[in-house]
Amino acid sequence: MGLILFELALISYFAATLVGIIELFKGRRITSRIMLFFVGVGFAFHTANIIYRYVVAGHIPITNFHESTSFFSWSIVFIFFVLQFRYKVSILCSFVMPVVSVLMLSSSMLPQEIQPLSPVLRSYWLVIHTIVAFLGNAAFALASGIGTMYLVQEHYVKSKHLGGLFVRLPSLQTLDALNYKLITLGFPLLTLAIISGSLWAESAWGSYWRWDPREVWSLITWFIYAIVLHARLVVGWRGKKAAILSIVGFLTILIAFFGIKLLHKGLHVFL
Amino acid sequence: MKIFVAGLNHNTADVEVRERVAFNGPKLEEGLIRLKAIPEVDEALILSTCNRMELYVNVKDTSKASESIRAFLSEFHNIDKELLGKSLYFHEGVTAVRHIFRVASSLDSMVIGEPQILGQLKEAFEFALEKKTTGILLNRLMKKAISVAKRVRSETKIAEHAVSVSFAAVELAKKIFTDLSDKVFMLLGAGEMAELAARHLMSNGVREVIVANRSYDRACELSKEFNGRPVKLDNFLQEMIRSDIVICSTGAQNYILLKDQMQKVMKERKQRPVFIIDISVPRNIDPDINDLDNVYLYNIDDLQGIVDANKFERQNEAEKAGKIVEEEIEPFLKWVSSLDSVPTIVALREKAEKIRKDEIDKLLNKFPDMEEKQRMAVDCMTSAIVNKLIHPPTAALKNGSEDRDFLIAAIKKLYGIGDEKNEGG
Repeated sequence: MGLILFELALISYFAATLVGIIELFKGRRITSRIMLFFVGVGFAFHTANIIYRYVVAGHIPITNFHESTSFFSWSIVFIFFVLQFRYKVSILCSFVMPVVSVLMLSSSMLPQEIQPLSPVLRSYWLVIHTIVAFLGNAAFALASGIGTMYLVQEHYVKSKHLGGLFVRLPSLQTLDALNYKLITLGFPLLTLAIISGSLWAESAWGSYWRWDPREVWSLITWFIYAIVLHARLVVGWRGKKAAILSIVGFLTILIAFFGIKLLHKGLHVFL
Repeated sequence: MKIFVAGLNHNTADVEVRERVAFNGPKLEEGLIRLKAIPEVDEALILSTCNRMELYVNVKDTSKASESIRAFLSEFHNIDKELLGKSLYFHEGVTAVRHIFRVASSLDSMVIGEPQILGQLKEAFEFALEKKTTGILLNRLMKKAISVAKRVRSETKIAEHAVSVSFAAVELAKKIFTDLSDKVFMLLGAGEMAELAARHLMSNGVREVIVANRSYDRACELSKEFNGRPVKLDNFLQEMIRSDIVICSTGAQNYILLKDQMQKVMKERKQRPVFIIDISVPRNIDPDINDLDNVYLYNIDDLQGIVDANKFERQNEAEKAGKIVEEEIEPFLKWVSSLDSVPTIVALREKAEKIRKDEIDKLLNKFPDMEEKQRMAVDCMTSAIVNKLIHPPTAALKNGSEDRDFLIAAIKKLYGIGDEKNEGG
């Protein structure tokens, strides 16, 4: 049951990704509607899958690598819908759904059994820390999508060849403002994630900070986004530079997320 | 009952001729009423814009109509018949429908895809509706033309890109800034094209206008016109710090704004983006400025390049639009030809109803003391008989498309329906 829901979500996201690519090259009102439809259907199945796992396991289903990758994707789509609702940037889908599809595909290849949770991790910190961390990362993911859109649009305007996507992408000012909004949303969430994580570490292992690789990478990410915000507010680094930094920031997150899992086995056993 | 178009446009007539035959102001109402009064004309509509003057009419006989419309135009506008004859074109039937659909979809416009024509057509239609000069055929035709135009606009990219330099400038400004209404706009120097571009920008609403000119008097003059604030040209660098959009067209022979100056300006602006349009020849602004972050510099050739590319794109889209128009013609003509049978159907119904009424009257005369209930029953029964008898022929008249003319003639003969002109429609 859980597996079927997950696979239906995966298939819908794939469909949305394909339509999203068509949307980039031959966009019409109808393609963008089909794309949103698939994302919506996928999100419904995905939410059902997460609820199902929660009911079966009896705790929040973010306790192994399969679940956390899946929840990461879910958070990205969730924040996308919030943005879509307020700002109507459906074309952002074309830039973000490929990332969601890759995350979901990697999630589908990981062991999916629901395992009992070790008593060490059984704590309300689990809920707070994971949800805050993934929503924050999802905001950064969307910021990098918006940043990519900014770079494409800025390329059109600077090079003076107003082909292809020029008409359908929002204005540079809108994209820059959205990028800033997403980073100001993600940054406090990331900060909270680090604080709640260290409190949880203290209650589980008796120490706030152990320089575990994930902790180190989280700190690096935190510094990158702190620089992005500082540069914008103080030096006036907006537009292109902010867009590039938001993409670099998200790449760091991906390295932290996948790289460490492949190279090390730290305390974050379930991630 | 035939659709007929008589008109002239920017391709067939010079502006002098177009001016003389324009139906503007009170002329429109008078012209429309006199056109409708022509005996051959059953329905009439006049579309008069700066690029075209067209009469859409429903006529009984096209060859007679073209003569009397020509005479009407020449008399009404007091213009030589021969001069008029050179410019006028006539369309009827399929070509008339195609022409009207193409006009509405802006495929016949001087600038293909320009959006005004549809609004002008709607206005002309509303005016005719108000004056009650149109009927079933033209009403349906106009509604269809409007829906075809909307379909063309939503299914092709014909109106997507700007095809004039000043519109291209506005389009770009809208892709750099979210909202122009909180932006400061500076006009550096003057000149026809700069002022035109400035007007387009301002019709999109900017917050503040600054006018800088070498001659301060001229600056004051222009700022009155644009409702702005005049400044001396020497002070423009200071004003650059506040300006988000700058149009430059001074007569200077060298660069008046260099890269390092602009760099300082950007620092002062906290890197807020700025859009600069340099339409002066020779150029007044160092082209290297475009390399700075958040500075977007366009010169006249850049804008012209965009316009040319867009025109080419529109040409491609116009072909797609032409196909859409073709698709819509046939269903409409089918509906038109189904109208031919309407008078016959009405006459048949009226005849049957008359027979029924007469027979009921006779019956009531014979049996004056029939009860109300019985009268009702007789009424119901006779209605049912009549309806059942005339249903198959009316259905055949409505549906038959190829042999409709034959069926109309046959029914007229078989039921003895007179050939009296029935326009009951």
